Amino acid sequence: MADEPVIVIGAGPAGTRAAQRLVQAGLRPVVIDENDRQGGQIYRRQPENFHRTPEKLYGTEAAKATALHTDFDLLRPHIDYHPGTTVWGVSDEGLMTVCGQDVTIVPFSRVIIASGATDRIMPVPGWTTPGAYSLGAAQIALKAQACAIGQKPVFMGTGPLLYLVAWQYLQAGARPAAVLDTSALSTRMKGLRRMASRARVVANGVRYMADLARAGVRLHAGITPRAIEASNNQVSGVTWCDSRGRLRQVSCDAVGIGYGLRSETQLADLLKCDFTFDPCFTQWRPHVDRNGRTSRPDVYLAGDGVLLRGADAAEAAGQLAACAVLRDGGHGVEDTEFTQLHETLAIMNRFGRGLAEAFPWPAHLARALPDETVVCRCENITAGEIRRAAGELDAPEMNRAKALTRPGMGRCQGRMCGLAAAEILAAARNVPVREVGRLRTAAPVKPLPLNCTVKS
Amino acid sequence: MTTYPTNRMQADVIIVGGGFMGAATAFFLRRQGLSVILLERNLVGQAASGVNFGNVRRQSRYLGQLPLANRSRDIWINLPRLIGEDAEFVMSGHILVTTSEKDGARLEKYAVDCKPYGLDLTIMTGDQARAKFPMVGPDIRTVSYSPLDGHANPRLAAPAFGRAARRAGARVIENTEVCAITKTSEDFIVETRDGHSFQAPLLQISSGAWGRAMAASFGEDIPFAANGPQMGVTEPLPYRIGPVIGSASSVLEEGVYLRQVKRGNIVYGGGRRSVADLVAKRSPIDPLNTMRQMPYLARLVPQIARLRVIRTWSGVEGYVGDNLPIMGPSSKVPGLFYAFGFCGHGFQLGPGVGMTMAELIATGHTDIPLEPFHIKRFQ
Ligand SMILES: Cc1cc2nc3c(=O)[nH]c(=O)nc-3n(C[C@H](O)[C@H](O)[C@H](O)COP(=O)(O)OP(=O)(O)OC[C@H]3O[C@@H](n4cnc5c(N)ncnc54)[C@H](O)[C@@H]3O)c2cc1C
Repeated sequence: MADEPVIVIGAGPAGTRAAQRLVQAGLRPVVIDENDRQGGQIYRRQPENFHRTPEKLYGTEAAKATALHTDFDLLRPHIDYHPGTTVWGVSDEGLMTVCGQDVTIVPFSRVIIASGATDRIMPVPGWTTPGAYSLGAAQIALKAQACAIGQKPVFMGTGPLLYLVAWQYLQAGARPAAVLDTSALSTRMKGLRRMASRARVVANGVRYMADLARAGVRLHAGITPRAIEASNNQVSGVTWCDSRGRLRQVSCDAVGIGYGLRSETQLADLLKCDFTFDPCFTQWRPHVDRNGRTSRPDVYLAGDGVLLRGADAAEAAGQLAACAVLRDGGHGVEDTEFTQLHETLAIMNRFGRGLAEAFPWPAHLARALPDETVVCRCENITAGEIRRAAGELDAPEMNRAKALTRPGMGRCQGRMCGLAAAEILAAARNVPVREVGRLRTAAPVKPLPLNCTVKS
Repeated sequence: MTTYPTNRMQADVIIVGGGFMGAATAFFLRRQGLSVILLERNLVGQAASGVNFGNVRRQSRYLGQLPLANRSRDIWINLPRLIGEDAEFVMSGHILVTTSEKDGARLEKYAVDCKPYGLDLTIMTGDQARAKFPMVGPDIRTVSYSPLDGHANPRLAAPAFGRAARRAGARVIENTEVCAITKTSEDFIVETRDGHSFQAPLLQISSGAWGRAMAASFGEDIPFAANGPQMGVTEPLPYRIGPVIGSASSVLEEGVYLRQVKRGNIVYGGGRRSVADLVAKRSPIDPLNTMRQMPYLARLVPQIARLRVIRTWSGVEGYVGDNLPIMGPSSKVPGLFYAFGFCGHGFQLGPGVGMTMAELIATGHTDIPLEPFHIKRFQ
């Protein structure tokens, strides 16, 4: 399909910069984005009729957000932009997209996937109670709709996003009841060594924490979550053990949960790209070279959808993937452009790995999860059911466990529970988590209406 | 006399392939008192047997297959007693529906012809059917109702038989791919890719779509194709649709079918099939086919159009030229038996095939007529 356009999936930082670079080279890429408005997760735009300032919406990142939005708006005449459109499958003839009820088959010569990431969740008893949200969802509510998940929410999990979201809530007038971080202070110090490569980012983080502390928000480190409590089927509190093992409780009206991020890799999977296990982020991801080339010659990846390095890295990786596309397609790209981007990304790599070290995925919590805790919320599958698959039913890997007791069988295809379910399976079988593999993706990547039709 | 290395595992029977057919045969062979080694390349029941539509249907089968299908149904309703679990089998009934007069006439004729075989079907007009099954769409004119058929969960059934066989003493060896089968004067020698070998005087090939190549290696080739039926499932909604509903249309694209599981999801499939890749061991699911199925599904049950598909899949199935399986003894090699190539309708038959093959292998005889399925029909 050499005559077909280059497709960019995703219009966040990575996708936007990729499209921009392709346009600079004289191409007219097709940009497909699930959101109604460009910007991605971090620089998500508010609806047209909302009028908060960039400073209010994006804080310290306001200038970057504005730049990304403005640059994209300038690109509009030079790209085919399909907002509100989901790529749900891959056929021999091209990508399958859906917008409302219209399915379109989009042929491509090459495709850059910049599909971003979602929250990584570790279940805890009570996490499916109304009022418990993922951290990302808590942030989206605020950014897109100017809504808070609660008046005094608890943010629990680990990672820098925990503090950013808590800080954003504080700015918006909802004072968090507490921030509960599973990472101990000593663990964070270890990661700091690598994170020092980006002092400004670290300084921002420290500032969020200081502002929170000054406002009286308790920040607890090295905690072990116990349960989300409910009264009248609504979140009413959180119990946890502090770093000294004492049982603690805090009242709240909502909880935002997140343990770092997980890459959205389903499209690369449907396109049959090879995957590798990344021990640093303890998750499987498509294998890419340093320019974003996958094992498939016409598929490129950029941004958090392949490597969790944050927004600045995503912008550079998007541009880099576009450079690779251009070079592979016979367009001239200077070596220096590659070199510069590699240098930028080397710093971000180091930083990203430092973050993963400072705020590690608490895999050990999976082992302690009570049997009756729901893990797969689409199908209502408990930890006990996954352990039954591991033991009595002898499932050695995730897809077998899914076949036998259904974790990951529902609407989200395990995007929410898959990583935690894998930890539970691995713990029950006493093997490293990489040995239980990963859930295979099936089309449609997101639920597809049965009344849609192919538009030609 | 040949001498064999002492580390070679021996048994009365070796079964190559642990799909439904292999697992059920292993189970019933143990009840016949024979020792069994079952060799499975991946995990028991992971291929066609684990991903099929889950129809436990007798109506519209080749009439000569009904004795086998009846036997199978009698086992399905007794699964908890036999293997300790029901594999979610529900006797929901099964209806075949048509929109054309010609297809309707075919249904009426079949309902008469199958009666002597002990299959009782009720033919209904569209209105009669809608009075009993309100979800059936307005275009449907003739319906054939089989009250004693139903559906089950394919992900559970064959693995359950595999575990039951193991409990009964069969040696079920997974993650072991057979790469060569040879026959000496008395015994079969089976070699596996990881360097082990096994020996037995009796051998069954039940390796599904991969059975053809094995049969061909004994000089018994057959007309054959490996294809992938196209499946999908919707999000759940309250459990309302009782019977399995299938289109009896003779137009390929229109031939879709659906069933609702107790959890609420509607599982569906049908229409065109994809071409399977026997080396990669996968059948592609063609999203264009997903699109083609939609309007025909809505013709069976209009309300389905308001739901969303959450997953689609396919699986590798062997189709023999005349659309009937290969089942019974080899026509060339004494001690060799076949049970493969079930042409998209082997799930219902699984338990019956297991019992019948075990009988045949253990005693040399079965009352179930198998002549139509003998490989010698292609010689
Ligand atoms: C998508 C789909 C939908 C279907 N829907 C229905 C339905 O609704 N109703 C119905 O009755 N039937 C249905 N069928 C058909 C039914 O699933 C099959 O007929 C039946 O499962 C076949 O069982 P089997 O044991 O012969 O084959 P399989 O289940 O394919 O098992 C063969 C086994 O042999 C193993 N094997 C192969 N080569 C080797 C080797 N060299 N060494 C060791 N092991 C080997 C494989 O790994 C596999 O496990 C459907 C099939 C598919 C694919």
